[in-house]
Amino acid sequence: MANVLLEMKNITKVFPGVKALENVNLVVEEGEIHAICGENGAGKSTLMKVLSGIYGYGTYDGEVVYDGDICKFQNIKDSEEKGIVIIHQELALVPLLSIGENIFLGNERGSKAKINWAETFDKADELLKIVGLKESSKTLIKDIGVGKQQLVEIAKAIGKNVRLLILDEPTASLNDTEAKHLLDLLLEFKKQGMTSIIISHKLNEISYVADKITVIRDGLSITTLDKNKDNFTEDTIISAMVGRSLTDRFPKRQSNIGDVCFEVKNWCVDHPIFEGIKVCDNINFNLRKGEVLGISGLMGAGRTELAMSIFGKSYGVNIKGQIFMNGKEVQFPNVKSAIKNKIAYVTEDRKGNGLILSESISKNTTAANLEKISKNYILDFDKEKEYSIQMVKEVHTKCSSVDEAVENLSGGNMQKVLLGKWLFAEPDILILDEPTRGIDVGAKYEIYCIINEMVAKGKSVIMISSEMPELLGMCDRIYVMNEGKMIAEMDGKEATQEKIMAEIINSGK
Amino acid sequence: MSENKSQIKKVLKDNTMLLVLVGVMLLFQVLILLTDHGSLFAPANITNIIRQNSYVVILATGMLLCILTGGNIDLSVGSVVALVGAVAGVLIVNLGWPIWLSIIICLLVGTLIGAFHGLFIAYIHIPPFITTLAGMLLWRGVATIILDGRPISPFPEKYLNLFESFIPAGEDSNVFMVTMILAAICCLVYILAEIYSRANKKARGYNVSTKGQFISKLVILCAVILIIGQFLARDRGLPVVLILLFIVIAIYSYFTKNTVPGRYLYAIGGNEKAAKLSGVNTDNVMFFAYTNMGFLSAVAALVCVARLNSAQPTAGNSYEMDAIASCFIGGASAYGGTGTVTGAVIGAIFMGVLNNGMSILGIDQNWQRAVKGLVLLAAVIFDVVSKKKKSSK
Repeated sequence: MANVLLEMKNITKVFPGVKALENVNLVVEEGEIHAICGENGAGKSTLMKVLSGIYGYGTYDGEVVYDGDICKFQNIKDSEEKGIVIIHQELALVPLLSIGENIFLGNERGSKAKINWAETFDKADELLKIVGLKESSKTLIKDIGVGKQQLVEIAKAIGKNVRLLILDEPTASLNDTEAKHLLDLLLEFKKQGMTSIIISHKLNEISYVADKITVIRDGLSITTLDKNKDNFTEDTIISAMVGRSLTDRFPKRQSNIGDVCFEVKNWCVDHPIFEGIKVCDNINFNLRKGEVLGISGLMGAGRTELAMSIFGKSYGVNIKGQIFMNGKEVQFPNVKSAIKNKIAYVTEDRKGNGLILSESISKNTTAANLEKISKNYILDFDKEKEYSIQMVKEVHTKCSSVDEAVENLSGGNMQKVLLGKWLFAEPDILILDEPTRGIDVGAKYEIYCIINEMVAKGKSVIMISSEMPELLGMCDRIYVMNEGKMIAEMDGKEATQEKIMAEIINSGK
Repeated sequence: MSENKSQIKKVLKDNTMLLVLVGVMLLFQVLILLTDHGSLFAPANITNIIRQNSYVVILATGMLLCILTGGNIDLSVGSVVALVGAVAGVLIVNLGWPIWLSIIICLLVGTLIGAFHGLFIAYIHIPPFITTLAGMLLWRGVATIILDGRPISPFPEKYLNLFESFIPAGEDSNVFMVTMILAAICCLVYILAEIYSRANKKARGYNVSTKGQFISKLVILCAVILIIGQFLARDRGLPVVLILLFIVIAIYSYFTKNTVPGRYLYAIGGNEKAAKLSGVNTDNVMFFAYTNMGFLSAVAALVCVARLNSAQPTAGNSYEMDAIASCFIGGASAYGGTGTVTGAVIGAIFMGVLNNGMSILGIDQNWQRAVKGLVLLAAVIFDVVSKKKKSSK
């Protein structure tokens, strides 16, 4: 019986309005590879942030016991001193510095006043040999691919005398050979006694490397499976990941679906920086009048990119494909033309690119349709106020007045202002990207009601969401996207979480 | 009653800088009287403050539009002032071209230079700081080449009169009466316009401010007009350049506050990505802001040349700094998205009063600079700290 290296006991972490983790328990033994599984937003990353000290001691409830001691980490430096190193999904390397400089960034060889470059590059070369990367340590990060960068991150971790390595979706952007190499490396390290925690969606990889699997769902730790006792079939893992019942969290709707009003054919989009990487690959889909259409998929599947590239080419390069509205081909060279054609895109990032936080509710409400409150480009403030008061009532925003700055509102009310802004643009087709992310259950219900009102008026809604119950509860039809492709289409009534997950996993193989 | 109190509080909060300005003026007056240096409020001095700072007010107005787009500045304005001044000197003095034609050409030159900067900033996405730093060096060089390093002067009387004369013109003995009548007409026009817009609003069924608030606003503003009017009346009358300033301020104030493109300026500074996703062509707005800055630099150059009565290679030196400082002192955010034209104007007057007051007190030039630097820093710290407080709430 190996001794327990890490034990997280009854971890509870609350964000304003949302309980991200509730009494989560995790036990990791020395020398094992422990996988953590769960849907997007289940709380995996939050748990790792608690462990690595990003959410410092005192901001959560519960205990982190590492190597027999209770940990009181205040930042990453504290946890790294103990040998806990986390490698994030978005790599934290400086592109214009060399591999060697990156490996010892923040951990420089030599003294504070004089870096010992010879030692830096020699040591770096040694570490690169360990991880099996055939590159000079003087090569710049920007000149090597993502797979190799991932290995540099691991080399960097080993350079810090790591005892517990945490990898967050390490193979998400790797091809099969690279992924295999990385996983074999982990098995190699395991033989030498290193402990790792791996977060991954790819169940085949997990069953390949993991000794134990802990499943997290809705901020709760559901179960821990042991390779020696339980059988690791994908079915058992999937049902543990999604197994929850749908209750009356969704308002009823009488569907009244008409003809196809919007259709996208052969849509291809390239990544704006890494040219040649297809973010959307030959996508076809259609939308009917009065329909709520769901697009499901894991993070990074290309759903947001698809929506934004359609909405006036707001994302990507080399955009190819055709858009038809009511049978006629249309083009949206810019956002304005998309809005004119009565399309609205409600962003997933309300603070980042949705609202102007320092401005008032009324100015935000009218921002996408200033034509309605102006004449010859002259604004009518009285009309602006009148319409925004109407909109606030329509979407039930709680605020003291429409002159209140948006930054003072809660997440749910901000989301309502954002939704109001796009309802004010009077769209026929409303694309909602993660419309309920980070808001409480009550506000979610109100947003579902607004969606139902929209389709009752004969408009159509495309709903992109990582919360599968929400898609199953709201949508007439669901498309599944994975790695830039539309991989499945299913009727809303027939779809289940298991079916969707199975499609994603099968296509990822 | 408590509503009235909060109303007053809001008015005071919205006009903090104005109150600080009045406070500083009174402070200088006390210091000046105590040290027996004359008076800040001498009629001739008030006229002086207006005339000396006219160019800063014009430049600050243009600079504000750039700053609104996200704290972007234009470093080239001083050099553009010198260059357009040089062009004016060559056309009007050396070549003797008609004055109106020359003025139009000068304005065009300024606008084209602004468009030149705007092209790179907006469409090729060169950072404004670098583009206009290059412009600063480039146009100063071109101005010196045109002038061959020597000033051109004097300008014809007819040209100087356009910017430097007074109303009523000449040695009219009734200066006081005429000026006061003009001030009274201003008040009357203002009152009628306000009453009309209030009635119009009421007729369309919108809420209007209470009668008490409305009347006190009218009384205060008319009192300000009349007080400034009597200072001018006791001196030489209404400076023509004040009319020009008034027109510039009125147009740009209206533009930023009441028009769709004006709203876009604020939207871009507030959140550029959100503005883009709302259908705003952010590139065009940036292009406009910098082109307009070129145009207003040309206007300032014309005023400047008339005031100095010569076109000089060193004209406009460090004007860009005065204009930038005015905007920030006047409450524009260093990150863009907030600020008003009237704020920038108050900032410009604030700088002018600092200069003027310290000069009257006989404070050394170098000390004056140091004080202005500290005031600018204090203003920006105030902006950043007050914002932080708000967001941490």
